[in-house]
Amino acid sequence: MLTKRIIPCLDIHDKKVTKGVKFKNNVVLGDPVEMAARYYEEGCDELVFYDITASAERRPIDIEMVAEVAHAIRIPFAVGGGISTLDDMSRVLLAGAEKVSVNSLAVKNPDIIAQGARAFGSQCIVLGMDPLAVDNLERCPSGYEITTRGFRERSGMDALEWARRAVDLGVGEIVVNSVDADGTRAGFEIQLTKLIAENVPVPVVASGGAGNAQHLTDVFEQAHADAAIIAGMIHTGDTTIPAIKAELVAAGIPIRQHW
Amino acid sequence: MIAIIDYRAGNLTSVRLACESLGLDAQITSDPAAIRRAERVIFPGVGAAGAAMGHLNELGLVNTLRMVVDSGLPFLGICLGTQIILGHSEEDGGVDTIGLLDGNVRLFRPGDPLVKVPQIGWNSVKQKRSHPIFEGIEDESEFYFVHSYHPAPTDPDCVLGETDYAGVTFASVMGKGNLVATQFHPEKSGRIGLRLLNNFANWNGIPEVGGRRSEVGGQEC
Repeated sequence: MLTKRIIPCLDIHDKKVTKGVKFKNNVVLGDPVEMAARYYEEGCDELVFYDITASAERRPIDIEMVAEVAHAIRIPFAVGGGISTLDDMSRVLLAGAEKVSVNSLAVKNPDIIAQGARAFGSQCIVLGMDPLAVDNLERCPSGYEITTRGFRERSGMDALEWARRAVDLGVGEIVVNSVDADGTRAGFEIQLTKLIAENVPVPVVASGGAGNAQHLTDVFEQAHADAAIIAGMIHTGDTTIPAIKAELVAAGIPIRQHW
Repeated sequence: MIAIIDYRAGNLTSVRLACESLGLDAQITSDPAAIRRAERVIFPGVGAAGAAMGHLNELGLVNTLRMVVDSGLPFLGICLGTQIILGHSEEDGGVDTIGLLDGNVRLFRPGDPLVKVPQIGWNSVKQKRSHPIFEGIEDESEFYFVHSYHPAPTDPDCVLGETDYAGVTFASVMGKGNLVATQFHPEKSGRIGLRLLNNFANWNGIPEVGGRRSEVGGQEC
């Protein structure tokens, strides 16, 4: 049986892993390569790295770091932030990443998804989206609007419409990162995750709000997420991947237990 | 030396890094002479079958692959490399592929809309018969899969391992003589995947006779 994936997310700022709340007040937590190696040893199923300032600072992604991570771990990882061209994608994949994640730049230039899927295959291209709950249902019928540039800008685009369009353009997976839940550790936004997961044919990764194992159980059982991103709850040492996995197994969720 | 065949089908870095982490001498190459000189061959790949066959033909590698397999060199297909050693793929509107094994490649068509395509993630492999590449690997171990199409070999005796997804039980490991092929990515499957790669690196290309895990009868490939 296909198991649900637990994916630690490492937000990288100036070669260090940081963690903030709603993309603000980031504090330094450690070295990305060391943390990746530790989570790999502890049995995480995949990893994702976001170079959180590359896009805003208009500089390319830190390829050296991607290559170091690729040397350290033998599981898949995705890299996002600052990816705007096919050449950027190619460099990240050649350095050993399994997937690239596009977000703000795909909102501005959706064709990058189609180009990337043609060049490298859909399975390499992940759409990251940062939807915000909104009241204006005329503008955004799903009740969620896509934000860009680390929640700083509102795009006017409906989240579900964008998810469907991105699938048509060729993304192989969608990470749904709730702006409202991000960094709160109060649980994933079930309604949003379920809305996207039930309406696109590709895997959906829940992101934003993970605070304990019950939150993961909820998002897998109630929202049909295929994978879940965790960050603060393990970065701070409050819990560990094996402890989370043990709780999920006890709750009857299909989880990879041997590695 | 292990030749990792480069036919412009996706990222081969992770295969090379996995081999290096095992202390193996592995080289990424598209040179037919270098491939024929290798002690064993890994044929990886991600992407689409149509483009992959186009590149293999441009590079003149199809015959090289046949020669390698005929010569008895241990040969490991991975993911797209596994799919295109079958005879035909449904991908790209239907593509004739290399045909080192009889059979075809089919799209997952889940009846349940919550079952997603591509299959992405860790799924278990039921070992259908013993083989040197499974040495030290427990039955039902999980490996990392990323694919929308799955192998459907004609000869059931070539099925070394099976995996369930989207309502089908498909051949996730195939083997015939000196050829083995996995739909999953051993290079991305943690320590268990490394064990499989190391088993391949130590394999002489002769499948062990006997040792069948399922009750189904049949001949050794």
